[in-house]
Amino acid sequence: MTGLAYWLPVVWAIILVAAIAIYVVLDGFDLGIGMLFVVVPETRYRDVMVNTIAPVWDGNETWMVLGGAVLYGVFPGAYATLLPALYVPIVLMLLALVFRGVAFEFRVLTRTTIWHRLWDLGFMLGSAIAAFCQGAILAGVIQGVPVTDGAFSGKALDWLTPFSVLCGLSVMCGYALLGATWLIWRTTGSLEQACRLWSMVLAGGLFIAIVAVSLWTPMLHAPYLKRWTDWPRMIFVAPVPILVVALGSAFLRGIRQAHSLTPFLCVLGWFFLCLSGLAITIWPYAVPPNLSLWDVSSPPSSQLFQLVGTAIMLPIVLVYTVFSYRVFRGKVTEADAYH
Amino acid sequence: MQTPHDLAFLLARFQFAFTVGVHIVFPAFSIGLAAYLAVLEGLWLRTGRGVYLDLYRYWIKAFSIVFAMGVVSGLVMSYEFGTNWASFSRKAGPITGVLLSYEVMTAFFLEAGFLGVMLFGMNKVGRGLHFAATCLVSAGTLVSMTWILASNSWMQTPRGYRIDPVSGRFLPDDWLAIIFNPSFPFRLVHMGLAAFLSVAFVVGATGAWHLLAARRQGVAPSPPVRVMFSMALWMATLVAPLQILAGDAHGLNTLRYQPVKIAAMEGDWESETHAAEFLFGIPNMRTEHTDYGIRIPLLGSLILTHSVNGTVPGMKDFPRDQRPPSQIIFFTFRIMVALGLLMAATGLWSLYLRWRGRLYDSPLLHRLVFCMAPAGFVALLCGWITTEVGRQPWTVYGLLRTADSVSPIALSSVAVSLAAFVIVYTLVFGTGLIILVRTLAHPPVTGEYEANSAHPAEILAARSHPGAVPPVTDHPGGNA
Ligand code: HDD
Ligand code: HEM
Ligand code: HEM
Repeated sequence: MTGLAYWLPVVWAIILVAAIAIYVVLDGFDLGIGMLFVVVPETRYRDVMVNTIAPVWDGNETWMVLGGAVLYGVFPGAYATLLPALYVPIVLMLLALVFRGVAFEFRVLTRTTIWHRLWDLGFMLGSAIAAFCQGAILAGVIQGVPVTDGAFSGKALDWLTPFSVLCGLSVMCGYALLGATWLIWRTTGSLEQACRLWSMVLAGGLFIAIVAVSLWTPMLHAPYLKRWTDWPRMIFVAPVPILVVALGSAFLRGIRQAHSLTPFLCVLGWFFLCLSGLAITIWPYAVPPNLSLWDVSSPPSSQLFQLVGTAIMLPIVLVYTVFSYRVFRGKVTEADAYH
Repeated sequence: MQTPHDLAFLLARFQFAFTVGVHIVFPAFSIGLAAYLAVLEGLWLRTGRGVYLDLYRYWIKAFSIVFAMGVVSGLVMSYEFGTNWASFSRKAGPITGVLLSYEVMTAFFLEAGFLGVMLFGMNKVGRGLHFAATCLVSAGTLVSMTWILASNSWMQTPRGYRIDPVSGRFLPDDWLAIIFNPSFPFRLVHMGLAAFLSVAFVVGATGAWHLLAARRQGVAPSPPVRVMFSMALWMATLVAPLQILAGDAHGLNTLRYQPVKIAAMEGDWESETHAAEFLFGIPNMRTEHTDYGIRIPLLGSLILTHSVNGTVPGMKDFPRDQRPPSQIIFFTFRIMVALGLLMAATGLWSLYLRWRGRLYDSPLLHRLVFCMAPAGFVALLCGWITTEVGRQPWTVYGLLRTADSVSPIALSSVAVSLAAFVIVYTLVFGTGLIILVRTLAHPPVTGEYEANSAHPAEILAARSHPGAVPPVTDHPGGNA
């Protein structure tokens, strides 16, 4: 394999991982805020929490649509194998996101009726289930799926293993932490203080989860273990645990010294490290342990055409995404009602 | 001889048809309403008349509800191609997936990026920037429609591809030919007009509702109510006839590229000249005959070929395993056309009343328009069913059968998820609809700006306070 047929899938794999990373971070704090409803029963605080994300959640979720579309257009073999294999958690996640998405509007518009509680619950459960499913989907990919003649040939519940449950819970914990640190940055007063407390607990949980997943993953397939112990690659891999710990201590300092943005940035760093660790682990597989990136790629004529569009559009998208975040920057208080 | 696989296949089709049928209503609503909002805001900035701002404030609430429902139902669609139609995705993904990605990058991000500013930014950015945001959201909905219809049209009339002899995949050869395939321009125009018409009738019906309510209470209708009613009926008057022309052109084009679809829509079995047109009938696929037919002589040839001695196709010209189920599309097509004619008639009637100066005090017209609130959406759905069912038994016309497009998934997965979709959609979108109707049950708030020449942002800042959302239960007309 030479030239474009080799390089285009590599470039696309990098773009896809970047899109997933952006999605995880952006929608992660949205979903985390939904889960934090559990510990914040007061409607006025819940309104503030929702108001910090109301103007941007749709854009955040669009990264997920981009992920699906890129997989479909660029790696159709992976799209057509992974989605049937992960049918159950994907459908469950989509249904959860339906509740979550409409709850933004519905919980305010039903304010004076008994349905109000239902939509708050929908927001909370929708966020929690979606987060869990995303972890399980990730685990499903890492575990690998059985493939015959290029198509999925396993059973509907193959994905459900102790490892996928662990990953589901880890992602829930991680998103809740992202949400809490986002709120530290964007809110004031007792809500901010409560979030500082909660984020300590959640950070402890996430730290344990990262260690557990990191130790478990290499045991799943022999090539994974090799990836982490092979010589030149070791150079890139070795600093990862050190960085995780370093970010952890910066996080603690940020919380104690009442920094408002540092904790959020540290958690972003953790997520970045975890995702790059996973990407290194499964590289160059798209559907472990059988199909590589090149096995599932669409022809170069598709990948190239789409790359041209992406190269032009993605920077523009980033610019106006930043613009819309800037319009709604600053602390949100109970006096700011967006509705 | 139903095997579990056949049943899973059937349920997968049901699930797709159900979810996409629910989805399409909301984007169509967003396309029309976003354009309407852009026009309202533009008029307000140009004329400075507060009535347009009143209407903008009024309809943007409906927009935020509808848009959210469009987003979540659309998210489902973008993954459902993979979950339900894996073989299709594997083979056609290099073409349809790329078009969908372009849609995400050029349209969805644009909509999502400026939606926040449009909904919540009135007192955060300047007038011009806010208007730009509204226009960009509206442009996003139109661009989105263009891409998805390019993709759908390519499935109807595929061009610009090669088939890989080994894998059976569609390889793109010529992207311009793929996008501008023969049915795309017709579908784009017809669908765009359908979205505008659908929203025109929702806006018109809301205006009619408040006109009737004002009449019942013996008060004069407020300016925003009159303006929205009048604007909506101008739209109906102008666009409904255009839609008939567009539909006619679309039909002629389909006759050229998918003659068996036309034969099935018409319930015709033999190809003939001087063909009659069925007003009613029940096509029977087994006996190859349309029962209980009521026909008008010569009209069939006239409509389809614009000449009484033109030849129209019959289903018997085509092998049985290539005929779409005529029993369905015969009716959906007639419902769409009947509603189209009714809309045009309504438009003409309102024009007459307008000329006589009685547009705002004809309860009969108001009642008719009120009842036609869902007419656009019903026609639109019937149109889609005609197009999509008429494409059967193919997903990519003439090349890839629907039966060969399905995923290798277990019957239990599809069955349970279908049930879950039906329950969740009914609950969520049912509630959405109720909330929407209750929001529209309040007449627009009026008059606060007419005398006030302050900067709009200040006015809005002064008006918005916590819990500014009207309570949805305590209005007299609010229980509809
Ligand atoms: C005629 C126009 C039209 C048609 C036929 C479809 N859509 Fe759609 N879609 C839109 C017009 C639209 C829109 C108006 O642009 C929406 C409504 C709300 C929004 O965000 O964009 C949308 C939303 C929307 C979203 C959410 C985007 C977001 O997060 O902002 C997705 C993923 C899809 N659609 C995908 C699909 C798929 C896979 C379809 C085919 C089965 C489909 N749509 C049919
Ligand atoms: C949004 C409006 C749409 C509606 C209302 C609609 C409706 C339907 C219906 C009713 C079917 C089932 C036909 C049957 O089983 O006999 C169907 C099938 C299908 N449609 Fe659409 N459709 C829409 C848009 C699209 C678009 C935009 C695409 C592709 C880009 C698409 C792709 C398909 C596919 C792949 C099938 C095959 C599955 C099947 O035949 O059941 N549809 N659609
Ligand atoms: C008398 C007027 C009308 C005529 C003659 C007409 C004709 C047609 C025809 C022939 C098709 C099928 C295209 C195909 O074979 O693929 C179609 C599809 C469709 N129609 Fe109509 N139509 C009319 C009115 C309407 C109205 C009033 C609406 C909605 C408000 C509407 C919405 C649609 C939609 C959404 C589709 C499917 C999308 C597409 O393929 O374009 N139509 N129409």
